[in-house]
Amino acid sequence: MLTVEHLNVWFGHPPARVDAVKDAGFTVAPGESFGLVGESGSGKSTILRAIAGLIDTWSGRIEVAGQPVAARRRDRAFYKTVQMVFQDPYASLHPRHSVDAVLSEALRLQGMDDIDRRIARLLDDVGLGRGFRFRYPHQLSGGQRQRVAIARALAAEPRLLLLDEPTSALDVSVQAEILNLLSDLRAEHGLTYVMVSHDLAVVGHMCDRLAVMQQGRIVEVMTVEDLRRGAARQDYTRQLIAASAGYQRA
Amino acid sequence: MNAARRNWLLSDAPQTRRQARLGALYQGWLTFRANKLAMFGLIVLIVLIAMAALAPWLSPQSPFAQDLANRLQPPSAAHWLGTDHLGRDILSRLIHGSRITLFIVGTVALIAPVIGLFIGTVAGFAGGWVDQVLMRITDIFLAFPKLILALAFVAALGASITNAVLALALTAWPPYARLARAETLTIRNADYIAAARLQGAGPLRLLVRHIWPLCVSSLIVRVALDMAGIILSAAGLGFLGLGAQPPMPEWGAMISDGRTYILDFWWVAAMPGIAIFIVSMAFNLLGDGLRDVLDPKGAKS
Amino acid sequence: MTLLSVRNLRVTFPTRQGTFEAVRGVSFDLGRERLGVVGESGSGKSMTGRSILGLVRPPGLVTADRMQLEGQSILNLPERKMRKIRGRRISMVMQDPKFSLNPVMSIGDQIVEAYRLHAGGARAAARQKALDMLAAVQIRDPERVMQAYPHEVSGGMGQRIMIAMMLAPDPEILIADEPTSALDVSVRTEVLNIMDRLVRDRGMGLIFISHDLNLVAQFCDRVLIMYAGRIVETLAARDLHQARHPYTRGLLNSLPRLDAPQDRLPVLQRQDSWRDGDPIAESLETEFPGGL
Repeated sequence: MLTVEHLNVWFGHPPARVDAVKDAGFTVAPGESFGLVGESGSGKSTILRAIAGLIDTWSGRIEVAGQPVAARRRDRAFYKTVQMVFQDPYASLHPRHSVDAVLSEALRLQGMDDIDRRIARLLDDVGLGRGFRFRYPHQLSGGQRQRVAIARALAAEPRLLLLDEPTSALDVSVQAEILNLLSDLRAEHGLTYVMVSHDLAVVGHMCDRLAVMQQGRIVEVMTVEDLRRGAARQDYTRQLIAASAGYQRA
Repeated sequence: MNAARRNWLLSDAPQTRRQARLGALYQGWLTFRANKLAMFGLIVLIVLIAMAALAPWLSPQSPFAQDLANRLQPPSAAHWLGTDHLGRDILSRLIHGSRITLFIVGTVALIAPVIGLFIGTVAGFAGGWVDQVLMRITDIFLAFPKLILALAFVAALGASITNAVLALALTAWPPYARLARAETLTIRNADYIAAARLQGAGPLRLLVRHIWPLCVSSLIVRVALDMAGIILSAAGLGFLGLGAQPPMPEWGAMISDGRTYILDFWWVAAMPGIAIFIVSMAFNLLGDGLRDVLDPKGAKS
Repeated sequence: MTLLSVRNLRVTFPTRQGTFEAVRGVSFDLGRERLGVVGESGSGKSMTGRSILGLVRPPGLVTADRMQLEGQSILNLPERKMRKIRGRRISMVMQDPKFSLNPVMSIGDQIVEAYRLHAGGARAAARQKALDMLAAVQIRDPERVMQAYPHEVSGGMGQRIMIAMMLAPDPEILIADEPTSALDVSVRTEVLNIMDRLVRDRGMGLIFISHDLNLVAQFCDRVLIMYAGRIVETLAARDLHQARHPYTRGLLNSLPRLDAPQDRLPVLQRQDSWRDGDPIAESLETEFPGGL
C-alpha cells in the first residue's frame, strides 16, 4: 500500500538547513496498521506530512498503491487514496465552518453526489449522529471534534489513513473511544493506517508493526509482539520502553 | 423575546442551517449588547443614518437658503444652532451634511478594506516574489503621510467630493493590507488549511472560503476604529477646500467657513466640530463593541 | 503537620446560561507530601490549583469555608498581600514553560528578579542563589544558561528553569500543573526526579496536578480523583490500581496497556450519580508519610 525509500526531508536553506528526516524507509502492506514512534523532533510527523504532500522539500521515493507520488502537486486521485487526521482537533477544524460546511466541502471537492445522504452516513459512521450536523466547532468537545475530523478524512473514501497523534490532545476516556472508533473503521472499510504517536501503549494497541525514530532516522522496525516481549534490539528502543512504563523513583 | 425562542437561538445543538446561523448572530448580538458604550455608539450611528435618510423632512430650512439680514446669529429659537456668514441655518446644513459624511464613510469603508484584504491575503498566502512586490508597493504608500498623499491625489484629479473619497480610499488601504497579511501568515500554516489542501482544495478556494472569513472580522473592527480618522481626513480635505465644494454643507468645509469668525461667532465653527466629534466617537465605541464580538482573541473567557 | 487546609472550595463563573460551577465543594489537607490531583479536562483540577494562589480571574468567584496556609487564611486576600504569598510561600509551575518565561529577558535576570522580589537582598547574593538553583535542577552549565534567552533553550531545559525560578525563594508549597506533559519521556523522568528530591530534602508540600494516572500512582504519595468539580475518591497512590470508585476504575481501564493486549478498550460510561454522590475516602484524616 505504501512504500517509502531513502526519504530525506529538510527545512530551510543552507547554512540554516535542518534535516528533519534522514534516509528513512519502510513499507506498509494493504490493510496493515503501522506505527511511527519517537520523541518530539524525531521527524515522525514530518514523514507523515511528506507522504501527504504537505511538505515540498523532500527527496527519495514514496509509492502509494504501487504509484510513485509526484514531488510537489498531488492530483485528485491521490487525495482519494490518502487522507490524514491531525493531532490537535482544536486546530484542525476551521473555527467559522460548521460540521455541515466542513463535510459538504470535502464531499464536493471529491466530486461526490447525494451530499445530504452521505453527510448523514459519515456522521453515523463516526458515532456522532445527525443532530451534530449544524454545530460549529466551539459547540463540540475535543473528542467530538476529532470525530468530525475523522469523518472529513473518510469523506473521500480513502484506502490509506495517516494518523498524526490522533488522541494525544484528548483525555484518556475519550482516547479509548476514538481508538475503538478507528479500529472499527479499519475493520469496516478495510483501511490501511500509518499512525504517529509518542505513546508506545497506544501504538501497541493499534498497530501490527512499528518503526522507532530518533533524530530523523529510523533506528528499528519491529513487530508489536516483539515490543510486548521486550525484544527490542536497540538501546534507544529499550530506553523508550522503560520510560513509557512510568516513573521509577531514583 | 419569549424564553422558547431564546432557548432555540442559544441552543448548542441546532437542527437546521438557519437555526445555526441565527444562533451565531444572536450570540454576537448578546456580546455586543453587554458593552454599554458600544450600544451608545450604535444608537448614535442609527440616529445619523435616520437623519441622513430623512434630511429634507427633518431640517427646518433649506441648507442653501441665504438670509444676509440674519447672518451670524447666535443659537436661538428660530435657529437652534445659529446661522453662518451667509445667514444659512446651521442645523439644516448639519442635517444635510450628514448625507455627505455617510457617503464618504460608506464609500471609503467599502473600497479601502476590500483592496487591503485582497492585496494582503494574496501576498501572505502566495509568499515569495508576489509577497515581496505587493508588500513593497504597500510600503511605498505607507511611506507618505496619509493626508499629504490624499492631497496630492486630489490635486491631480481635481477638487471634488468624489475625488476626495477616492483619494481617501486609495490612501487608507495599506494598513489593512498589512493586517490581512499578518493574519494570513498565521492562518496559512494551520492544520485546517492543511486538511482542506488534502481534500484537494485549490489556492483560490483556500483564499476565499477559508482565509477571508477569518481576516474579515478583524478588518471590520479595524475599519470601524479607523472611521473616525477617515471622517477627520475628509473634514480636513473639506477644510482645505479640496473636498466638497461650496455651497455643499460638508462638515469640514463648514468649519473652514467659520474659522474667520471663530473668536466672535464661535458657534459657526463649533457646531460642525461637535458633530464631527460625536460621530467619530460613536464609530470608535462601535469598533470597540465589534471587537468584543468578532475578534476571537479578545472575545475569549 | 498540615501546611494547607481547604474546606468546601467553590469556584463559579457566571455565564449566559446561568452560573457555571468549575469547582464544587473541594476539601483536602496538604502536608509535607506529594499530593496528586487527577482528573480529565474540565474536572476542575487546574482551577483548584489556581484558586489557591488567587489566580482565578474575575468574573470567576472563589468561595470556601476555609483556605488556610499554616493556620492563616489566604482566601480572597487582596492582591498586594497575595503577591507576598505567591512565589515566596506557594509557587506554581505551569504546563508549558514557553508561556511562563519572559521572552525578552535573559534567564539569569528573570531568576534573579524573581528571587529578589520575594527575598530581597543584594544582586550578587541573588545571582549566586540563581546559580545554585540552576545547578540544583541539574543544569550542567549554569553560567551559560543564565545568559541565554528562553527561545534558546529546549522545552525540558525551560521547564527545569521554571522550577529553579519557582524554588529559588524556598516556598513551602509547590503547585505543579501538568509540569511534564509537554516534555518527552526521557526528560520527564529527570524533571520528576528533581521535584521528588526537592520535596524530600526541603520538606516541601507538592500538589501535582495531572491527567496521567499511572504517573501519579508512581510519583505521588496520595491521590485525589476529581470529576465534574468534585473529589470523588481519595486514596494512597500505591493503592490506585485497587480504586473503588467506578470513575477511577473506568479511567484506569480505558488506558491501553503494553503488557495486556485487548481488542477493544473499555469505554467509560459516565453516571449522573458521580456528580453528587459521596466521595470515597480511605480515611479523611491524612496519613502523612513520616520518612519523607
